Amino acid sequence: MYSNMLIKNGHIIDPSQGIDGIGDILIEDGKIVRIEQKSGSLEAKKKKNNDFRTSELPNFQIIDASGLYVIPGLVDMHVHLREPGFEYKETIKTGTMAAVKGGITSVCCMPNTNPVNDNKTVTEFILRKTYAEGSCYVYPIGAITKGQKGEELAEMAMMHEAGCVAFSDDGRPVMSSLIMRRALEYSKALNVPVISHCEDISLSEGGVMNEGRLSAQMGLRGIPYASEDAMVARDIILSELTGGRLHIAHVSTEGSVRLIRQAKERGVRVTAETCPHYFTITEDEVKGYNTNAKVNPPLRTQRDVDAIKKGLKDGTIDVIATDHAPHHRDEKLQEFDKAPSGISGFETALSLSLRLVYEGILTMSQLVEKMALISARILGIDAGTLKVGFDADIAIVDINKEFKVKSENFLSKGKNTPFEGWVLKGMPVITICKGKVYDWRQNE
Amino acid sequence: MKDLVGIKELSRNEIELILNTASSFKDVLRRDIKKVPALRGKTVVNLFFEPSTRTRTSFELAEKRLSTDVLNFSVPTSSVVKGESLFDTIKTIEAYGVDFIVIRHSSSGAPHFIARNVIASVINAGDGINEHPTQALLDAFSIIEKKGSLEGLNIAIVGDILHSRVAKSNIYLLSKFGANIRLIGPPTLIPDMADHNVEVFYEMDEGLKDADVIMMLRIQMERQGKGFFPSTMEYFKNWGLDMRRLKLAKKDAIVMHPGPMNRGIEISSDVADSGQSIILEQVTNGLAVRMAVMYLLSGRGENV
Ligand SMILES: [Zn+2]
Ligand SMILES: [Zn+2]
Repeated sequence: MYSNMLIKNGHIIDPSQGIDGIGDILIEDGKIVRIEQKSGSLEAKKKKNNDFRTSELPNFQIIDASGLYVIPGLVDMHVHLREPGFEYKETIKTGTMAAVKGGITSVCCMPNTNPVNDNKTVTEFILRKTYAEGSCYVYPIGAITKGQKGEELAEMAMMHEAGCVAFSDDGRPVMSSLIMRRALEYSKALNVPVISHCEDISLSEGGVMNEGRLSAQMGLRGIPYASEDAMVARDIILSELTGGRLHIAHVSTEGSVRLIRQAKERGVRVTAETCPHYFTITEDEVKGYNTNAKVNPPLRTQRDVDAIKKGLKDGTIDVIATDHAPHHRDEKLQEFDKAPSGISGFETALSLSLRLVYEGILTMSQLVEKMALISARILGIDAGTLKVGFDADIAIVDINKEFKVKSENFLSKGKNTPFEGWVLKGMPVITICKGKVYDWRQNE
Repeated sequence: MKDLVGIKELSRNEIELILNTASSFKDVLRRDIKKVPALRGKTVVNLFFEPSTRTRTSFELAEKRLSTDVLNFSVPTSSVVKGESLFDTIKTIEAYGVDFIVIRHSSSGAPHFIARNVIASVINAGDGINEHPTQALLDAFSIIEKKGSLEGLNIAIVGDILHSRVAKSNIYLLSKFGANIRLIGPPTLIPDMADHNVEVFYEMDEGLKDADVIMMLRIQMERQGKGFFPSTMEYFKNWGLDMRRLKLAKKDAIVMHPGPMNRGIEISSDVADSGQSIILEQVTNGLAVRMAVMYLLSGRGENV
C-alpha cells in the first residue's frame, strides 16, 4: 500500500513530453510529482548529479528500474470484459487484472454485453463494478443503436454524461447507411468518436475465415476482404459528409489501410486501430481447424500483414488495441463453424507489439504513442502520459526478458490464444495502477 | 494411419494401397458368401449428424460384411438435439470402447476435431463443404476399372463445385495422380482451386470436348434462392448434361454421379440410363472401397 514511490534509473519513454532517456520519477499520493532526466536533454545534462537522495524520502518505496523501460500505462481502446451477462467468459474483476498484467492501465469496454450497454443504467453498473472490483480504469463504450440492432439511436448523450467515451455497435455492424450517418452527425454534439466494426454482413454471412484459396481448400466459408473494405469506404464517405469523428476498429486488410491513408490525405476526421494478431499471424494459423485462430475480422494473408505494418509505420494506423475477446474453453472446443470468434489478448499484446520495435518498424516512443498516448487523445481521457500532476499509471518493461506463452497462466478467464507456446521477448515486469504496485517477477 | 479424415491428408501410396485392397474385397463381394470374419469383435459407430441414406447404407453394409458390431447413431434420436456438445457426445461414445467412428457432419473439420480427441479410428463420411474421401476413392476405383489408370485422363467435373465435398475430394485425388481436371459450372459455384492444377470452363460445351470422364454433381435447390443461379431451367440449359452434350466428349466417355440425381436439372434421364453411365457400378464399388478403408485402418496387413 505505498502510494509514495521513487522509480530510479529507468529508461523513461514519454512521447507526450518528448522524453526518451534515463531518469527518475517521483510519485506522491499516487500522482506523478517530478521527473528527473539524467541524460539525453540539455536541461538534464545541466542538472547533472541532481539525483534524488533516497535518505530524504523515508516513506517512499524505491523501485530500481535500471536496465528497464518506464512507460505510461497502456490505454487499450478496444476490449470485451463480458460483464454483465457473460461472467463465465470474463468479469470486470478478472479482465482488469489481466489487463494490468499486460501493462495496460486503462481499457475501453465494448457494449456487446447482456444487457447491451445502450443506456446509462448499464454504463453506471459497469462503472460501479469497476470502482468496487476493477484493478485498472475502465471507460465504457456505449452502443450506437438500441440493443445493437442497427435501427434506432441509443441515448448517446445520456450515456456520455454517465461516462461513455465513445460509441460502437462492435460485433454487429450498423448496416443501414442512414443510421450510421445519423450517428456520426449526432455524436458531433458530444465530440466523441463513433467506432466502426467495418463488415458488410451480407458479404460475410456464414463466413468463418478469410476467403481465398485456403478457405476453399479447408471447406470453410470465407469472409472476403471486400466485406471490410466496402464498409471502411462507406464510413469514410459518411464521415466526410457529416464531419463526424470516425474511428475504424481492428483494421485487417490491405484495402482498409489504403482507403484510410487516402482519406487522411484528404483531411477526413478518421482514425484507425489494428490488433497484434493482424500484424503478427496469417490465415495459415487456422489450418487444422484451430478455433483459437478464429477471430472477426478473420486473420488475413501475408500481403495484408505487410500492408498493416506499413500503415503503422507511416501513421495511417494510429492505435494498437487488443480487441481482447475472452471465451470459455468449452466454447472453443467445438466444430470450427460453431466456435465463437475472438482472441484473449491482454497478456500478449505488449510482447507481440514489441516485435515491431525489434523489426525496426516503430521506435519505442512510437510504440508507446500507439498503445497509450494516441488512444487516450482520441477518447479524451487523462491517461497515456507521465506528465506531472497525472495519475501514476506506469508500466515497467524488460525488453530482453524471454518467456513462453502459457494460457494456463493467464489471469484472464479466456485461455483462447493462437500464440500458445510461442516464445516472446519483452514483457511488463512491474505495473503501477491506481496507486498499487504489481511486481510480476515475484510470482515466478 | 489412424484416421481417414480427407484425401488431402493421404499420400499417393496410401491411396494406391486402399484401391488395391478394395480390388480384393470386390472379389469377395462376387462370392456366394459375402461376409468375411476380418474385423470380428470390432465395434463401429455410425455417427450421422446429417441425413443420408446412400452413404450410411453403404458403410453399414461394408461394416457387416467385415463382421463388425455396428452401432447406429443418428441425429433425431440422439442427445445432440438436447444441446449436448459434439465433444461430450464423442467422449460418451468412446467410453463404450468403440474401434471406429464413421462420421458425417455439416461442419467442415468436424472429423478432424474428433480424430484429435479420441483413440478410435475416425472415418470421414462427409464434412460440410470440405471432403467426402470414400466417395473420391470409389470414384477413382470406378474410373480405373474402366480406363486402366487416372494419369492423363481428361476428367470434367460439372456443377456446384463450391459446395460439393465430393468434387473437392475428387480434385485432391485426381490431381495427385496426374489427371487433367476441368471444372465446369457457373462462376458463382466455382471456388479458387488454382493450387490443384485445374482448368475452369464456364462454357460447358467447350469443357466437355474430348473428355474421358464426366462427373456430374448434384445441384441443391436452395442455392437458387441464395443468388448462385437464377433458376433450375436456366441451370439445366447451360450446365445440364444431355445427349447432345455427351456426344462432345470422347466416344467411350463414362458418366458418373454421386447420387441422388436430380433428373432434368443436372442430368437428363436418357444420359443417366445410357450405356455410358456407370452410376450403379459406383454404388457396388463404394462397398468394396469402404471395406478396404476399415480393414487398413484396423492395422491389418497388406493382403486380404
Ligand atoms: Zn469488432
Ligand atoms: Zn471487438
